[in-house]
Amino acid sequence: MTEHKSTLQDWINRRTFLRAGGIGLGAAALAELLKPAALATQQSSSLNLGLAGVPHFPPKIKRVIFLCMAGGPSHLETFDYKPDLDRLNGKPMPESFTKGQPIAQLQGQKLKVQGHLTKFRRHGKGKTWVSDYLPWQAQMVDDICVIKSMVTEQINHDPAHTFMNTGTAISGRPSMGAWVNYGLGSESENLPGFVVMTSVGGRNPQPIAARQWASGFLPSEFQGVEFNSVGQPVHYVKNPSGVSKHDQRRLVDTINALNQIRQQQTGDREIAARIAAYELAFRMQTSVPELVDISDEPQSVLDMYGAKPGDGSYASNCLLARRLAERGVRFIQLYHRGWDHHGGLRKFMNICCGLTDRPTWALVQDLKQRGMLDDTLVIWGGEFGRTPMFQGKGGAGRDHHIKGFTMWMAGGGIRGGTSYGETDELGYNAVKDVVHVRDLHATMLHLFGIDHKKLSVKYQGLDMKLTGVEPAKVIKDIIT
Amino acid sequence: MQQNTVTTEMQFSINAMKRQFLNVVVRLAPVVIILASQLVSAQEVDFQRDVRPILSDKCFFCHGPDPKTREAGLRLDIEASAKEDLGGYFAIVPGKPDESELVTRIHSDDDDIMPPEESEKHLSKKEKEILSRWIKQGAKWAKHWAYEKTKTKPTAELPKKLDARWAATEIDRHVLLTMTKIGLQPAPPADKITLIRRLYFDLLGLPPTPDQVQKFLNDKSPDAYEKLVKQLLASPHFGERMAIFWLDLVRYADTVGYHGDQDHNISPYRDWVINAFNTDLPFDQFTREQLAGDLLKNPTQEQLIATGYNRLLQTSHEGGIQPKEYTAIYAADRVRNVSAVWMGATVGCAQCHDHKYDPYTTTDFYALAAFFADIDDERHFKVGTNSLPTARPPEIELPTKQQSEQIEALQQKLKSDGLDKKQIQALKKQLAAAKKQVRRSMITVTLTKPRTVRVLPRGNWLDDSGPIVQPAIPEFLGKLPGSGRATRLDLANWLVGKSSKSNRFFTSRVMANRIWALFMGHGISRDLGDFGGQGTPPTNPPLLDYLAHHYIAQGLSTKKLIYHIVTSNTYKQSSLVDPSKQRIDPTNQYFARQSRYRLPAELIRDQALLASGLLNDKIGGISVKPYQPAGYYRHLNFPPRRYKHHTDGRQWRRGVYVHWQRQFLHPTFRALDAPTREECTAERPRSNTPLAALSLLNDPTFVEAARNFAQRIILNAGKTDDQKIEFAFRWATLRTPSKIEKKLVRQLLDENRVRYQKNKRDATQLTQIGMSKRDESIDVAELAAWTNVARALLNLSETITRN
Repeated sequence: MTEHKSTLQDWINRRTFLRAGGIGLGAAALAELLKPAALATQQSSSLNLGLAGVPHFPPKIKRVIFLCMAGGPSHLETFDYKPDLDRLNGKPMPESFTKGQPIAQLQGQKLKVQGHLTKFRRHGKGKTWVSDYLPWQAQMVDDICVIKSMVTEQINHDPAHTFMNTGTAISGRPSMGAWVNYGLGSESENLPGFVVMTSVGGRNPQPIAARQWASGFLPSEFQGVEFNSVGQPVHYVKNPSGVSKHDQRRLVDTINALNQIRQQQTGDREIAARIAAYELAFRMQTSVPELVDISDEPQSVLDMYGAKPGDGSYASNCLLARRLAERGVRFIQLYHRGWDHHGGLRKFMNICCGLTDRPTWALVQDLKQRGMLDDTLVIWGGEFGRTPMFQGKGGAGRDHHIKGFTMWMAGGGIRGGTSYGETDELGYNAVKDVVHVRDLHATMLHLFGIDHKKLSVKYQGLDMKLTGVEPAKVIKDIIT
Repeated sequence: MQQNTVTTEMQFSINAMKRQFLNVVVRLAPVVIILASQLVSAQEVDFQRDVRPILSDKCFFCHGPDPKTREAGLRLDIEASAKEDLGGYFAIVPGKPDESELVTRIHSDDDDIMPPEESEKHLSKKEKEILSRWIKQGAKWAKHWAYEKTKTKPTAELPKKLDARWAATEIDRHVLLTMTKIGLQPAPPADKITLIRRLYFDLLGLPPTPDQVQKFLNDKSPDAYEKLVKQLLASPHFGERMAIFWLDLVRYADTVGYHGDQDHNISPYRDWVINAFNTDLPFDQFTREQLAGDLLKNPTQEQLIATGYNRLLQTSHEGGIQPKEYTAIYAADRVRNVSAVWMGATVGCAQCHDHKYDPYTTTDFYALAAFFADIDDERHFKVGTNSLPTARPPEIELPTKQQSEQIEALQQKLKSDGLDKKQIQALKKQLAAAKKQVRRSMITVTLTKPRTVRVLPRGNWLDDSGPIVQPAIPEFLGKLPGSGRATRLDLANWLVGKSSKSNRFFTSRVMANRIWALFMGHGISRDLGDFGGQGTPPTNPPLLDYLAHHYIAQGLSTKKLIYHIVTSNTYKQSSLVDPSKQRIDPTNQYFARQSRYRLPAELIRDQALLASGLLNDKIGGISVKPYQPAGYYRHLNFPPRRYKHHTDGRQWRRGVYVHWQRQFLHPTFRALDAPTREECTAERPRSNTPLAALSLLNDPTFVEAARNFAQRIILNAGKTDDQKIEFAFRWATLRTPSKIEKKLVRQLLDENRVRYQKNKRDATQLTQIGMSKRDESIDVAELAAWTNVARALLNLSETITRN
């Protein structure tokens, strides 16, 4: 079917066509048209309708919650247990592993093996190895599939995040949340389809660029909207001081009425889209503050996450993620910044895991209790892992590492209680069932019912895809 | 102002439709109107327009320029190869589709169907039919249009029945000839007010004031319009408008982009661009100075500033980066940009493999990169600091006359005798402070020994096994004259120089297409960034070639080219959409009307500031910081960032000067599709989002502008509410509101009056947003009520639309 390969212009034409229902209606009809229910039947309530023919096959999930541990958590202190690493602790790192390999901060330094900085135990029915830093996640291993053979191509934070989010280190490409919303459209009438939240805690946080949730060459409406824990939850979502909700309603009504007149007189279809955008903007002014106010949650739920309303913590963000998921947001991405443990790894692992372990567990439990885990994919992991070699910037730590690291997935369509792939005996190279970032993308899209080879957009003469030009594979073994 | 003389687009539209209808009836009655898309079946198949795009998109991936992925030894991008004997059979036998394997295979029901299933590429029934018919008609070949040069200006010979009066210029003749072929007629001219508003936005990036409109309406001389065009082209604001489009292309920004996204010194380059457009620096010289100003004989300070072009790319000094890797990243970035901007080519695709669709090889990619291997830009790996601005040597110091004198004086004082230690320290401190005030700009300085550039196998920077390459232009485009190492100046001269072997015609055509798009809404070749095989062939090739020739004949004067375009009748057409035309040409590819689109981010800001009376129209200077949500930079680190908006007149400068933070561009700009300028942007998307609505409704910049606009409405518009509403409408849209529009605004006003009279505290709060002082002579409730009216008008679709 050729229509799967759409151009942006096709998409815009189609959208304009669907919205054309508004043309030529009188003022009374306009009022009618602006009712949410009426809009829904017009198929133009949401600005984002998705592509014809997508999903390509029945999906297993409706949404993704991506828990990004920014900075790069150590796989060797979380899920990847290597007895040989302890055996060789302090010894020179065998050159056979490192020769000709890209190295970040340890360039030109003597490389020695750093043994595990914590203990590992097996948990759950799947006997999954989990470190003592993660006592809460250890309790839910039967819900997750641990992928121990991740590889990426970028060894510095900024490009590595860009690679994880867009499939390339070249700036200006759409991020995965933008792709998914472009393909599938939004399910929420009152909220954007792609929401990002961040929290901080751990070692001096690495910056994170808005490029990570950008829409690249896709239209801006697919870009991730950042929900802020301080100030206004979304930029400019609050009325100016001295303007009430009623005032703003009247203002937007007047703007839309005048725009409607203009549309009738000029036949300019773009105006219908603008009227819809102002309506959604106004609804967001109510829905967003309501959404981020978690004080209406029962104390038991707040306790489960360890969240305090308004504290901007990862715990609160996890709870917000569930609320966003409930309201139809398609792609939710949480960044916790603080995992760049070049030194003081023990101390900072305690801080990072202390802040994130329990809320992560709580989120998965909460989704499960509400029957939402079945159609939600939860992904946990950083932009890369950390070296088996010692680095000592203020106590034992580890450098950036891209040849083998761990991520996990849970929820819709994922076989829980399993591990997939392996690194070598020192946790350096992924050697068995290697999973490239592209494969992760392909698998995620597959669960959404999208064939990654078919979700493409013509840009600069190429069929651009999230998975790029190199072959990517869906990891069928981890899917039920 | 005489309101009665105001002809609006709306009132006009009805007449226009009537006239349009008559036009069609009278002139085209015998002509059967057919869809553009159906044209193909009515004409001979055109290789360029109809066939090559299909071959490129559906076949070249395996039968194209890249030998590594070529299947069955078959190349379909070269005529000889496509028609050669493949061992007893032929892919293409001219005139004989039945004997052509290509035709058999594309119609196959078996596994051997082409393109194969796994390619995810499919031919539609129509596409198959075109290929078959093309072979039947003789399989005529032509060189790809983008590499095909016309020697002289194409002329358009109009058949007698066409109205030569409309086709006043050569542009119009080309446009008319092409559109009538598919059954279209030109749109009627835009009314004068729409036209002057369009012209002001297009040339200055600002709307005209009502007085300027009136002056134009009053000028009854036959060349009133031409006079206005000349006047606007001479305005210093012209350069500001044009700079926006150029800065998008060359990815100009105030920060380094990667990792810590620290500030770097480059704003003098932006001012150079503005000035270059204002002084109409010919495009060839404009190109030379940016790519190689340092290599010119006795370069001036301005020419060195221009070489900032080579430093605009994103850079990093993140801890733990490998300089070798980043040197490769920078090289690739420069190739992507120079080829996109000047060649309309996607040479970046050839970084890891030969280009799949165009004849660029991997060697071409690295040979282009080698031109830039002499640029001194590696020092920052060592000296880059986490300060603002960070260190990105080499830079040029640009002291003002006053600063020079002050520094000189301090240095003299330091030399004087009898200073004690304390005095010396104080003077040194003063000197350092004075030097810090001096504006600086990154420039290009040549290394004594250029970096060695190798072909990186599959783009892998760790692999040193590839051959060393010297600077060279892409092989299929020729060879630079002379021996010895070619320089950036040689590259510039090849791109724009007068030599018959230069790429000047092609470069000019890429540029002419972009300039056309600026004034007509989109390009003649739709894809402004890709003139390659996967780009969109021009809908009017002679017109595009004509413009390129015209540009060259006028000495690559950008102002002259623009003058030619905006004084054409094509430009002056109404942008109203005629439903009958819409069916034939839904996306206006044949320019049988003008375009209507939302204004770019910067212009929306400028317009609001102009209406408010706050606009500070100073030209040039360091980048400015408007109000921005607190905490917006909290994800930046090295160093942590606290944004401080400017508290003086810089607050109300034009959008082109707004601080361009690549990682966190101002949220209102982002919402209005301004690009981050990490990469070349040939065309901004135009979206319509709730975030854009929220920005225009609630961003303090717009609320403050609305309040100041309200003050002007109350004080300057006459006594009655009617007069005030008319004044407000005129400043927002340049027209007089209709009865029903007045009524709607009046309702909003009255309700707000009642509401704010009851609650003066709210009124005070609304009217004290922004740092400009509220006019205390106006009743605060009245001001608040009008502020909301002004907000409504600044948010109208009409206000933010160029039509």
